[in-house]
Amino acid sequence: MSNETQDAPQPSALLDRADIRVKHATGVGGAVTAFIDRVRSGELGSLPVIAGLIIIWTVFTVLNPVFLSADNLVNLLFDCSTVGVISLGIVCVLMGGQIDLSVGSMSGFASALVGVLWVNHDWPVLLAVVVAVAVGALVGVIYSLLFNRFGMPSFVATLAGLLAILGLQLYVLGDTGSINLPYGSATVNFGQFLIIPATVSYLLALVPGAVILVGGLRTRQRRHAANLSASSVGSLLIRGLAITVLLEIVVAYLNRGRGVPLMFGAFLGLAVAMDYALKRTRWGRSMNAVGGNREAARRAGINVGAIYTSAFVLCSSFAALGGVLSAARLASASTQAGTGDVNLNAIAAAVIGGTSLFGGRGSAYSAVLGIIVIQSIASGLTLLNLSSSLRYMITGAVLAIAVIVDSLARQSRVSHGRA
Amino acid sequence: MPNNSATRFKHGELVLSLRGVSKHFGAVSALTDIELDVHAGEVVALVGDNGAGKSTLVKILAGVHQPSTGTITFGGQQVALPNPGVALDLGIATVFQDLALCENLDVVANIYLGRELDPLHLDEVAMEVRAWTLLNELSARIPSVRDVVASLSGGQRQTVAIARSLLLDPQLIMLDEPTAALGVAQTAEVLNLIERVRDRGHAVIMISHNMEDVRAVADRIVVLRLGRNNGVFYPDSSNANLVAAITGATENAVSRRAGRRQSEQNVYTEEQP
Repeated sequence: MSNETQDAPQPSALLDRADIRVKHATGVGGAVTAFIDRVRSGELGSLPVIAGLIIIWTVFTVLNPVFLSADNLVNLLFDCSTVGVISLGIVCVLMGGQIDLSVGSMSGFASALVGVLWVNHDWPVLLAVVVAVAVGALVGVIYSLLFNRFGMPSFVATLAGLLAILGLQLYVLGDTGSINLPYGSATVNFGQFLIIPATVSYLLALVPGAVILVGGLRTRQRRHAANLSASSVGSLLIRGLAITVLLEIVVAYLNRGRGVPLMFGAFLGLAVAMDYALKRTRWGRSMNAVGGNREAARRAGINVGAIYTSAFVLCSSFAALGGVLSAARLASASTQAGTGDVNLNAIAAAVIGGTSLFGGRGSAYSAVLGIIVIQSIASGLTLLNLSSSLRYMITGAVLAIAVIVDSLARQSRVSHGRA
Repeated sequence: MPNNSATRFKHGELVLSLRGVSKHFGAVSALTDIELDVHAGEVVALVGDNGAGKSTLVKILAGVHQPSTGTITFGGQQVALPNPGVALDLGIATVFQDLALCENLDVVANIYLGRELDPLHLDEVAMEVRAWTLLNELSARIPSVRDVVASLSGGQRQTVAIARSLLLDPQLIMLDEPTAALGVAQTAEVLNLIERVRDRGHAVIMISHNMEDVRAVADRIVVLRLGRNNGVFYPDSSNANLVAAITGATENAVSRRAGRRQSEQNVYTEEQP
């Protein structure tokens, strides 16, 4: 018996490479094959949405070359930022396995509040914005009370909220129905004109690649010290270089037009912060766990109620912030703000980007990718002079396709033992 | 994170003591007046038929359910266990029958769930190293701790759940059917582990339907029947007495079956020349 074990091929000394049954990717080539294997088994990540984006952009560019012009893309990014921020909050509640259907109303109410407090009551704009976001947080607290205390499904609680908050929005705006925000104010400029200075944008585009490289090297060092396997320097270099080149090209192209919108930069910053919070903190881990298996999370000692509360509060606050941004974008706060397709666009963006409707699976970047898809469709159809009826139908179809891809990928994961 | 090992109990000291614990689910009395003592360095097996209330008792001690009446004394102090977090902080770890793992998270995340190192900047390297150490102690065969739990087999999941219960170096560890899904070698490892944990001075409560496993490691066998205490036995007690206590009658399905097989064998041997 002991002879046999000695004769067996010596397992490598690394702590996580002792099991000889498992194939491990080594080097750059290995990383590529591992990636292909993952995709084949249904771990699609953001691949479908990127493929979809390429198709959509190709079609619209063929139909109208203006679509891919730098100025149109800059406009598109301005439009993305407002609903995108709302969608970040949606990602958060979806991760916890819940839903907030009232984000549209909440954003409209927040924009109305800012309009009334700032323009009609001459409050400082910053204070008005803070109050609007705080009201959003309060709404989130009410939802979590309804959910945690009374066991009201979030679907119903937020549907009731949708109507109630819409009522508040109409009440606050009163007879006027619409308030124009002063042109030339910093807020409206932020929503319509402000761009990141070209040199700063080039420098900022270097940051992600540098973070990947430096962070990756540091992790590699620590893993080596702990006798664990680590990714090779080559693959780190390639990843860092690829993302840097890609970002620099995008920034250079946008700078041929007006440049990178400051508002989009802020949106990206929020997305990065959210991604960090979801992936690298105990709070984010708990959110994933609650979305995956609520009872297991509870038995692990996680305060499940507090996690749900944080999700609802964050979602409503992001919705309020998104509402303020869209008021700045439109330079007005009206009864129309937040109605129509804002609600569904925010939810659809998160789902199209790859966040599961069933909880415990997703990423903050899905909001970014998803909202770019949705705004691309909207922008392209506007350029083609098509009516909003067609826009709704096509966005609906894309959402359906996204959910079908998600379901098929889930089935594939189940059959490959990865679900 | 509380430092459990600072208050390590001396061998033989009373760790846990239940007095008059009852639990009602509506009209059903799942547990009635349960008395149970567990000492440091002792393995107590909790046996009983399906519906005897074993898992309910474990869930009360894990803070999942609250008892309707009765007192729980842990380490000489009367305690309330309003939620699982309190039980874990006191040093009571549990391997649940349904394992209570999050299938969408990887093995490391599951082992450290709710106890992650460095809450604002998770220390993945340290957690991975500790996860491998715990799993290797159990001779676990986990291909990769970065795989999601959904991709593991039943036995592998059970080892992950057991590894998780050891993470905090608890005073009392409760295992609800720990060997049900395990192979021969893993069962032996788990039984070895239970003995190791006991020898380190922890108290162990183990639920099992497998009398062989129970006799192999238990110092005392506490029988529950229909939610009540129904006797305390020792590994050297006769099987007939134990089965009688579990089923509540000397004339029971098990004894009848044994009798029938015995007589069949007698007939068989008589027919042989």
